[in-house]
Amino acid sequence: MTDFWKRFSRNRSAVFGLAILLLVVFIAAIASLIYPEDPFRLAGKPMSEPGANGFLLGSDSLGRDVASGIAHGAKTSLLIGLIATLAAVFIGVIFGALAGYYGGRTDDILMRITEVFQTIPSFVFAILLVAIMKPSIDSIVVAITVVSWPGVARLVRGEFLALKNREFVQACHTLGMSDRRIMLAEILPNCLSPIIVIGSLMVATAILIESGLAFLGLGDPNIMSWGFQIGAGRTMLRSAWWICTFPGIAILITVLAINLVGEGLNDALNPRLRERN
Amino acid sequence: MTDSLLTISNLDIALPEGSERTLAVENLSVDLAPGETLCIVGESGSGKSLTARALMGLLPAPHVKVSRGAIDFCGEDLTQVSERRLREIRGSEISMVFQEPMTALNPVMTIGSQIDEIFRFHANMSAQQRRQRAVELLDSVQLPDPKQIVSAYPHELSGGQRQRAMIAMALALEPKILIADEPTTALDVTTQAQILKLISDMQAVHKTGVLFITHDFGVVADIADRVAVMQYGRVVETGTVDKVLNHPEHPYTQALIASVPSLTPRAARTRSDDIAIETEKLHKTFGGGRSFFGLGPPNRVVHAVKDVTVELRRGETLGIVGESGSGKSTLARCMIRLLDSDSGKIMIDGTNLRTLERAQMRPWRSKIQMVFQDPFASLNPRIKVGQIIAQGPMIQGASREEAEARTRELLGIVGLDERAFNRYPHEFSGGQRQRIGIARALALNPEILVADEPVSALDVSIQAQILKLLDEIRERMNLSMLFITHDLRVAAQVCDRLAVMRYGEIVETGATSDIFDEPQHSYTRDLLAAVPGQNWDRQTTV
Repeated sequence: MTDFWKRFSRNRSAVFGLAILLLVVFIAAIASLIYPEDPFRLAGKPMSEPGANGFLLGSDSLGRDVASGIAHGAKTSLLIGLIATLAAVFIGVIFGALAGYYGGRTDDILMRITEVFQTIPSFVFAILLVAIMKPSIDSIVVAITVVSWPGVARLVRGEFLALKNREFVQACHTLGMSDRRIMLAEILPNCLSPIIVIGSLMVATAILIESGLAFLGLGDPNIMSWGFQIGAGRTMLRSAWWICTFPGIAILITVLAINLVGEGLNDALNPRLRERN
Repeated sequence: MTDSLLTISNLDIALPEGSERTLAVENLSVDLAPGETLCIVGESGSGKSLTARALMGLLPAPHVKVSRGAIDFCGEDLTQVSERRLREIRGSEISMVFQEPMTALNPVMTIGSQIDEIFRFHANMSAQQRRQRAVELLDSVQLPDPKQIVSAYPHELSGGQRQRAMIAMALALEPKILIADEPTTALDVTTQAQILKLISDMQAVHKTGVLFITHDFGVVADIADRVAVMQYGRVVETGTVDKVLNHPEHPYTQALIASVPSLTPRAARTRSDDIAIETEKLHKTFGGGRSFFGLGPPNRVVHAVKDVTVELRRGETLGIVGESGSGKSTLARCMIRLLDSDSGKIMIDGTNLRTLERAQMRPWRSKIQMVFQDPFASLNPRIKVGQIIAQGPMIQGASREEAEARTRELLGIVGLDERAFNRYPHEFSGGQRQRIGIARALALNPEILVADEPVSALDVSIQAQILKLLDEIRERMNLSMLFITHDLRVAAQVCDRLAVMRYGEIVETGATSDIFDEPQHSYTRDLLAAVPGQNWDRQTTV
């Protein structure tokens, strides 16, 4: 573990990204403490500039506090990103593992299914799914999961294909080990590194998709999110720049931070790749 | 030594900080005369390949560099010359042949255009002359139909042909020095013999100085004029081939030479009447399927094992020898049911294993176990050694305590410290890992052990230890062993009987000493004739 941290911290920007990410997580965690009120509540004079009327980052056209929205929105973004990614990784690993391990007909069927999902542009597909299922936090998570698992499946399949013919796996066969145990206990731990890396980057993509959906008005109407704030403020971009700008910056730095961390994980978990530079 | 082509004096090559040792090569001094072959011998990690790279200015900069000493090449110091001059020297005056011809050739360029490049860079010739010269060169390395090979891609040639093409390229500009870094290690023994002959023929014509890097003393005995033995980056002994091989002075050289398996077969033991395992007309083909739901074109069918009938008696070691692609590994994997064979029988105790379902096969697994070739790929890097060994008994129904007790006992039997139990495979060397692999195979108390090239990835001194261990274990547990190898020296020392395979068929079987003394099949004779270092062997055994 200390070894891992040593390699991770060699990448300065990854440590910087991790610091920002921890800050965002911290804000999300204490959102209800610093802004105990509902972020949808009309808190004061509409269209207040940042700093005016007790609004740190200004208020929107209905007098909602932008800062409160960002704090509560952080919780939404991170939660959706995390849950959707976990679900996508879970499905992707199952599909990829079965396809890669058994090959042949199983592989053909599972990969053709995966391709069906991959051929549809993911954001359009997500919009479609949310529109059909009615916008809610559940449907958004489902939509993001559905559009992001094929990548994981492809990756895991490739790893399983490469690993299943390794001698240590054959040795397990000669011991009479069951397929399930070989897949879960022998092969899977050996492809955790790339899964963790792709998973961390998927969190960032999930946050972007969620913001995009909320911006288009397909967010959960009862839950504050960054995309919703931008969507609400976009018509007033020239008269009240702060409504869109601050949630936009929040998205930017969160996604950037997660990408930096993902890259750092990649360097730390695949040390051989790093030595090339 | 006024006429020497190359004089290396007091050469140090520094490794990056934090490496196991600070200098990869330390105080190395050798020289090479025109027309002479100098062999640098050593085990892995001895620094022999880095020495070759230093001559070519191909050290992996900036981490590894020459920190001291001089390489004097016809009056020029190669450690001092400019990068530009070095480029001129490379290829035209010093050239190099690598171990793996497939990776050393560019896969997307034809052989002809790769030779063409050399002339374009180094010589002033017209396109037609260059092509003419390329064909001549390929002809001179005895490639069949050079006109066609000029326009062939590397993957269209066999390993031996690729290495011939590499040599043609290396000799294109008639260099003064040819550096050959394990050029025959990846090749089969019959091909190796041809390539070695080719190199010495070319050398005789062009008066080239050859610096030959190898770990194989048989090869050294066949081609070297002088030998330098390296250990941990230092030359421990140099001298003429006769002096070093037959009267070694340094203890390390003596130990290395003592580890080289002799070609004189071991005395045969009395044969038991019990049959441990036998196959009857076992057949295995690869390919023949169609891709994309059966809609694509049918794949080529390869008959990897053709109607093979062998029997292994109890307590005996049967060697399966053959070159790469002969189907020997496939046969072993079919017998242990890692691969499903198409037809025939695999009989143990009157049961045909070939037709058993997976679940039915499970109780039989403990009877027949396998030791794999690659000690680095055969152990799961994420699982602790104790767990790797204990897994087998636990799957077969032993309790955790029993399995762990057995594991500790086995670690002792294979000569490892009990502390190995809680460590991961990457903390062990190749030889130690192979011991772990053997312990894993023994954990189920098998009656039959299938060893698939168990020593071919190991250095010769480690190889001798592992072979000794296998021998001890076989005696102790009364194992029957199926020993797959391409190395006839190893086979001579390990096997009671041999089965010689070619193109999926067994061409000859018999007691090891009979096969070595009176080979019946012409292919067996070719194989035996190609083993390097036979003359040396005869000298030492007489």
